[in-house]
Amino acid sequence: MKVLVCISSVPDTTAKINFTGDGKEFDKNGVQFVINPHDEFSLTRAVQLQETQGAKITVITVGDASVEPVMRKALAIGADDAIRVNADARDHFFVATQIAKVAKEGGYDLILTGKESIDYNGGAVPGLVAGLLDYGFINGCVGLTVNGTSVEAVREIDGGKETLSGEFPLVIAGQKGLVEETELRIPNMRGIMAARTKPLNVVEAEQTESKLKVVGYVKPPSRGNVTLIDKDNVAELVRLLHEEAKVI
Amino acid sequence: MAILVYAESHDGQYKKAAFEAVSYAKSIADKSGDTVTAVAINVTDSSDSLYKYGANKVLKVSNDALKNFSPNAYAKVLAELHDGETIVLPSTNDGATIAPLLALKTNATLVTNLIAAPSNVSPFTADRKAFSGKGIETIEVTGGPKVLTVLQNAFGLKENPVSGTEETASVSVSDADAKVKVTKVEQKSSDKIDLKEAEIVVSAGRGMKGPENWGMIEEMANILGAATACSKPVADIHWRPHEEHVGQTGKAIAPKLYIAVGISGAIQHLAGVNSSKTIVVINSDPEAPFFKSADYGIVGDAFEIVPKLNEELRKFKG
Repeated sequence: MKVLVCISSVPDTTAKINFTGDGKEFDKNGVQFVINPHDEFSLTRAVQLQETQGAKITVITVGDASVEPVMRKALAIGADDAIRVNADARDHFFVATQIAKVAKEGGYDLILTGKESIDYNGGAVPGLVAGLLDYGFINGCVGLTVNGTSVEAVREIDGGKETLSGEFPLVIAGQKGLVEETELRIPNMRGIMAARTKPLNVVEAEQTESKLKVVGYVKPPSRGNVTLIDKDNVAELVRLLHEEAKVI
Repeated sequence: MAILVYAESHDGQYKKAAFEAVSYAKSIADKSGDTVTAVAINVTDSSDSLYKYGANKVLKVSNDALKNFSPNAYAKVLAELHDGETIVLPSTNDGATIAPLLALKTNATLVTNLIAAPSNVSPFTADRKAFSGKGIETIEVTGGPKVLTVLQNAFGLKENPVSGTEETASVSVSDADAKVKVTKVEQKSSDKIDLKEAEIVVSAGRGMKGPENWGMIEEMANILGAATACSKPVADIHWRPHEEHVGQTGKAIAPKLYIAVGISGAIQHLAGVNSSKTIVVINSDPEAPFFKSADYGIVGDAFEIVPKLNEELRKFKG
């Protein structure tokens, strides 16, 4: 089976989030970029399918050359080859269009993504890819078994779980639970060496029209200093929550 | 024109998220002069609860093919019933799954995770969540149809009672429209408050020292009518169920009140709770990073403080 794993290069969780002076863009200065945490679960699941069922894995990212280190990390974790679509990951419809094109041309059976990227919190690309390709779509996937061309998946729903069955080709957006946190693969020395020579092909993007414009960014108002309450006076906390915060 | 709203339901009852979506649609309608039409799929609940938040019309769809959720089938239903320029869905698991498919079916611009009423409706200009709550992105839809999802517990419920009407709507949807079939649904007891909808959440972490000590946390939750949550480490070692994990790779929540007991406040945890209106931190370590992100804090032994706090909360609740 051919698996296409979509990964985003995102600021590390601990990065300080600042915006450029005019508030138009995220300030990348000094920021460490990593594979989007939700994508890591999908990537590891793909590597497991490679090991148990001989799946071939391609990773795809939409971005300029600065995303290549993150892509090499995915190759080091076990992907066979990579495709970078050379463009700014401007908006979700644009990104989904690029992925859908590569997925269709490459005849991929399974398109795995993370359910949302931690920077722009769109959560839109997986569904848009599925819709553009008219493939089945499983969102919030916390379990995946493949039998030939059939898939059994588990989706997290409010207060429970749903088991689903589907046929290739499918788009699946994964999250924590797709594999256990402890199973997440990290690159080892051998993987890093091999990644250097695995193919990373750069392709040009297809143009799309967008009616979605980003006006700007601001940081949310800061919370201010904490009001500390003495441990021998918890009644004071109850009073403050009622009278000051007005939340009880 | 009508703004269409997906009034999400569970077991025939409207979810709080449905009321939030109607409230949001009404905030647009108030500026644009549109009406609000809610779509209810296999709902037994009274439409009165939707009129309360501003729905002028409720379209009731009853169809066996929609008994189980299917992103494609549900998107098809909404696309068929849609007649205007705007569709609003809650950003729940289901809503967020339907939205992209629906946007493509209706040739609409998709905007997700909106957190506040639009400042302008022509062009549509509004704020959405970004950088896991560490940023706010203002977007503009320059024209044409749009599909919008509203983040839970962000915009909130706004009562705007109207005298609405109900209509039965039939749609041409069949089992064949579900590309992926549901084979089993496992639901935990539904008396537990949905973590993403809860107004108050009581959460605990490694400071509890063991799963057997959670009684006082659950008691606090009972007294306050709250949901319970936990940090990642205690979910990973199975002290608490995965569904309670809030954080970067767990759930992101935004309750009115978040009480964190024995949680140090790692950045990954904050990413899941930083949009809470009020944060209370109880921790024995005065250097715990969480205090820097809290509104109120108590430094001390949770095993002494929480029982006393429960006592005071019980007295307060009367």
